[in-house]
Amino acid sequence: MKNEYLAFPFEILSIVKETEIDWTYTVKYDGPLVGGQFMQLSIPGVGEAPISISDFRDGSLDMTIRKVGRLTDAIFNLEAGDSLFMRGPYGNGFELSKYVDKHVVIIAGGTGLAPVKNVIEKLTSGEIKTNSTRALIGFKSPDDVLFEDALKRWSQDHEVTVTVDKQPDKPWNGKVGLVTEHIPTLEGYDIEKTEAIVVGPPMMMKFTTLALLKAGYLPQNITVSFERNMSCGIGKCGHCKIDETYVCLEGPVFNYTTAVKLLD
Amino acid sequence: MAYQLSHEMFDRYLAALSATHRVFAPVVKANKNKLADLDLITYDEVSGADQIIWSEKSYFSPKEIFYPIRETLFRFVGKEAFVPEVDQKPMLILLRPCDLNGIDRLDQIFFNNGVSKDFYYERRRKLVKFAVIECTEGFDSCFCVSMGTNKVDSYDMALKYSGDSITLDIKDETLVPDGYSFGANEDFELDFVKSNKTKVELPDFEGVDLNQVFGHEMWKEYTSRCIACGRCNTSCITCSCFTMQDVFTDDEKMLSERRRRWAGCHIKGFSDMAGGHSFRDKNGERMRFKLMHKVYDFNKRFDKHMCVGCGRCDDVCPEYISFSKSINKVAKIIQEVKHEK
Repeated sequence: MKNEYLAFPFEILSIVKETEIDWTYTVKYDGPLVGGQFMQLSIPGVGEAPISISDFRDGSLDMTIRKVGRLTDAIFNLEAGDSLFMRGPYGNGFELSKYVDKHVVIIAGGTGLAPVKNVIEKLTSGEIKTNSTRALIGFKSPDDVLFEDALKRWSQDHEVTVTVDKQPDKPWNGKVGLVTEHIPTLEGYDIEKTEAIVVGPPMMMKFTTLALLKAGYLPQNITVSFERNMSCGIGKCGHCKIDETYVCLEGPVFNYTTAVKLLD
Repeated sequence: MAYQLSHEMFDRYLAALSATHRVFAPVVKANKNKLADLDLITYDEVSGADQIIWSEKSYFSPKEIFYPIRETLFRFVGKEAFVPEVDQKPMLILLRPCDLNGIDRLDQIFFNNGVSKDFYYERRRKLVKFAVIECTEGFDSCFCVSMGTNKVDSYDMALKYSGDSITLDIKDETLVPDGYSFGANEDFELDFVKSNKTKVELPDFEGVDLNQVFGHEMWKEYTSRCIACGRCNTSCITCSCFTMQDVFTDDEKMLSERRRRWAGCHIKGFSDMAGGHSFRDKNGERMRFKLMHKVYDFNKRFDKHMCVGCGRCDDVCPEYISFSKSINKVAKIIQEVKHEK
């Protein structure tokens, strides 16, 4: 009998402070991963929670963690050389082969950028050869911008729009307004054949997908990723269930045609 | 083989059986009821026939015997995790057909949902044998006939209780203690409930836009009546949800435990995520979520309804909300929706 709940220590190699409250932890890791999957991350005695894998490479993976609760408070006290406990990976992740030779638009809101960071890396670096890759990324304010270096790198050869919710007090090179306001700028290619990925807070995903449909994107060409409370990651604890669907098993990545039928 | 035993012989049999098995049955605990000075009928380990309550339904289901309310998954000493051992003595649980069917629903989640089996559930569950108590009338709130759970396909032992004698049908030979001999063999056929006082019409959702059900006015009644205490979840034989809980067990924070404890979809915080997002904040929405799980969407995954009609949720609700009535309400709404088409 395999005990799937056992968590093992993984060494923290480095910590990058993206913002005041969002830090990226790179941990030593070997094993197959798919962008969009998540880990059950824990600290013994403190707690366990699902955290999406923001990026990975040979020998390590990244998790971008926001300080929002008891567990993440404790994680923020750790340093390089310390250990994080993990089990996983869980969830389906993004099926990248469907984006080959397609026009692709990725729309992310806030920390929703983390689960698609690896996808954007693979599409912009040419590892997955698309016809075009564009990204529309929204943050609350300039202080909340994640992955600044990556954003610069992606925008060298690709159309990357970064927007903040409100006109900031300090100098800002990007756009202003919610991501939905910038969806009209994502025209120019054959919209009916363009693939879209939408990840972010529930309200942002709801209004963004509606705006995409209004702009002419086809439901079957829209992919979303859900975030839910989870205690197990393996279809037992029941927290992430929506109707007959378990987000940890069948998701967190869903085609919009499936996602729209999931009523909370 | 079936054997007829006097009360006294059955008592001696249980005593002999307890050498190899832990036997669990409904018992009475004096003054333990939620109301003052009343008794609680609940499951516990028994060693004699006098302890067993035959004529009443237990307040809690027998699931806690092998799926504890709170369980330590492992103890951490620094970075090393140790999995606690469990008692390896086989268990025999006396239960009614609805509950045995309910345990099949728990098995579906813990064994068949996803690719992983639940280690902690499996290691206790495989030690459990079942003795079905013949149930021919049920109780006021039962609706097992409507759910098709009044019968069982198989059992390790069956018991017919008739006041002064007990007939046993033993299928599992290990339930006959070594050197123990029974009297003459008896013909045995287990009888079942044929009709309940409470009847439920299962809604047929085929071809119905679920938005019309989810957005229906009927759920508002439960928003005002339900107090989200979760008693319906904890008394249910088929509710399987749990939450992880970590605790330090020393002042130096070198020793800790990861535990899991029962969770319920009616209880506040069930869907909360760090950062403030949550789903189904209204109690009526939680009622809808539970109802749809019990009589609609579980069936889509496992080809049988989760609810087994034991009626405990109706018995325990402090607000007198009836689950069977709510199912019938949904069935009526579905008919109206289809009629409007």
